[in-house]
Amino acid sequence: MTVFVTHNQVKLALHTLRPGAGPNLLHLHALGDRSPASVPADLESWPGPIYAVDFTGHGASTVPAGGGYTAEVLMGDADAALWMTGPATVVGRGLGAYIALLIAGARPELVRGAILCDGAGLAGGGDRPGPLNIRGVPGRQTAPDPFALVELASDLRPPDYVSRFAELAVQHSQVKPPIAVAARSRPDWLKAALSVPGVEELPLAEALRLLADA
Amino acid sequence: MTAPSLPDSPAFVSFPGAVRPARHHWVDSYGVRIAVCEWGEPGAPPLFLVHGGSDFAGTFDVFAPLLAAAGWRVISWDHRGHGDSDHAALYSWDADVRDALSVLDAITPDPVPVIAHSKGGGMMLQLAEALPLRLSRLVVIDGLPSPDPHPDVSDHEQRRFTRENLAQWLDHRRGAAANFRKPGTLQDLARRRKRMNPRLSDEWLLYLASIGARRDLDGWRWKLDPAIRFGGFGPWRPDWSLERLKSMPVPLLGLTATVEEEMGWGTNHKAIEPYMPPGGRLVPFADTGHFIHIEHPREVASLVLDFLE
Repeated sequence: MTVFVTHNQVKLALHTLRPGAGPNLLHLHALGDRSPASVPADLESWPGPIYAVDFTGHGASTVPAGGGYTAEVLMGDADAALWMTGPATVVGRGLGAYIALLIAGARPELVRGAILCDGAGLAGGGDRPGPLNIRGVPGRQTAPDPFALVELASDLRPPDYVSRFAELAVQHSQVKPPIAVAARSRPDWLKAALSVPGVEELPLAEALRLLADA
Repeated sequence: MTAPSLPDSPAFVSFPGAVRPARHHWVDSYGVRIAVCEWGEPGAPPLFLVHGGSDFAGTFDVFAPLLAAAGWRVISWDHRGHGDSDHAALYSWDADVRDALSVLDAITPDPVPVIAHSKGGGMMLQLAEALPLRLSRLVVIDGLPSPDPHPDVSDHEQRRFTRENLAQWLDHRRGAAANFRKPGTLQDLARRRKRMNPRLSDEWLLYLASIGARRDLDGWRWKLDPAIRFGGFGPWRPDWSLERLKSMPVPLLGLTATVEEEMGWGTNHKAIEPYMPPGGRLVPFADTGHFIHIEHPREVASLVLDFLE
């Protein structure tokens, strides 16, 4: 089942991959990807309902005109989804992992643990600005939005900025671990997050088990 | 039926020296419709004015005619979500810079002089770095980078965020689709703006409201997209901008305020002197707030025209 959630002018597609009772799980997809059509094998062990949201410009969500993507706006996408699902454990892949970290720091009362996994867009644009790309991206206005691919692949993630979100999550979260790193890649921003006491490295299955019981 | 004559009708509002643009047109920036306006003769050499955050091109209604009278075709535009331009689904610093380039490209492929206020100055410094061939000269009016940025910097480089800031920002995003700006009379809007611009005259602010607001059934509202929020946060670091300033490849004139205001940039001219590019010039305006070109339009026009010669 899919419902649409409004975030400013964007209609976000929120999919129920598995209904039911128990703790909620919200899936955030990778850059250029979309929500899975069914429960992925590596999330099968989750004991409760599983939801997945298509970020702005991705999947069945609105593809807006003229770009202007930031990770912070996508954090708003995740927040809009949580407003519908209620408190949930958030599992993010690639870009979705970074967004999971941001929303875990910004809404610790709604995020019952964030699990950060590998996927497209995990690296981001580094921790300092590189060559500037001013020109737009011509092409059809279809998902995944080419503007999203360009702008979110160069999204800057300086260590002090990232670690601030991790600190907020650790400080205010009601579950342990507040942030679990299941990814094998280690971009600098993820190293910064891991330097915050309370952020743990855990395999996905182990993180799911701990947070389902938290 | 004849429409009732109301005391806050814009037909009654004028301001000494203010002239509405001679021409209006639209530029499409990748699907976002940008409102462009011009003063002066259409065949004169083009010169661009860039407004600051939460502002609009009409704030140049006194300043622009002074430049047009000196023989320039003066072009400005409302940033996305501001003035008469489209309210967009997404806003970002990079998108604003891209829209700016769309406007420049729509007018001419040649290098052009640009005068930019506040956030517009920061945007144009970025454009100058990325595409130095597009700008012949740049004047920044109280918009050079600062080690201690003010809220006008918007969702770009606010570093000191808290859990409460984040929650408020997200709450605003959640409600953005249903938000409307508060209605009132033109006088109400001018009074509200006065809180942020206490140095500007009541007459000017009333004029500004008359051209920057729209009239709904329940009163006047600023046209600024209610999804746009003063302040914010983001990963940008001001020292990156300061480092870039050192190697700015376009001749630069910077005007700085000396009286801090809520909408101000907080630029301290002594603090940025070490970062100025070779040949760059800084002119501090004594006892002057953030809107230097509104407080001293003739002095600023004179400085700019000398710099452009």
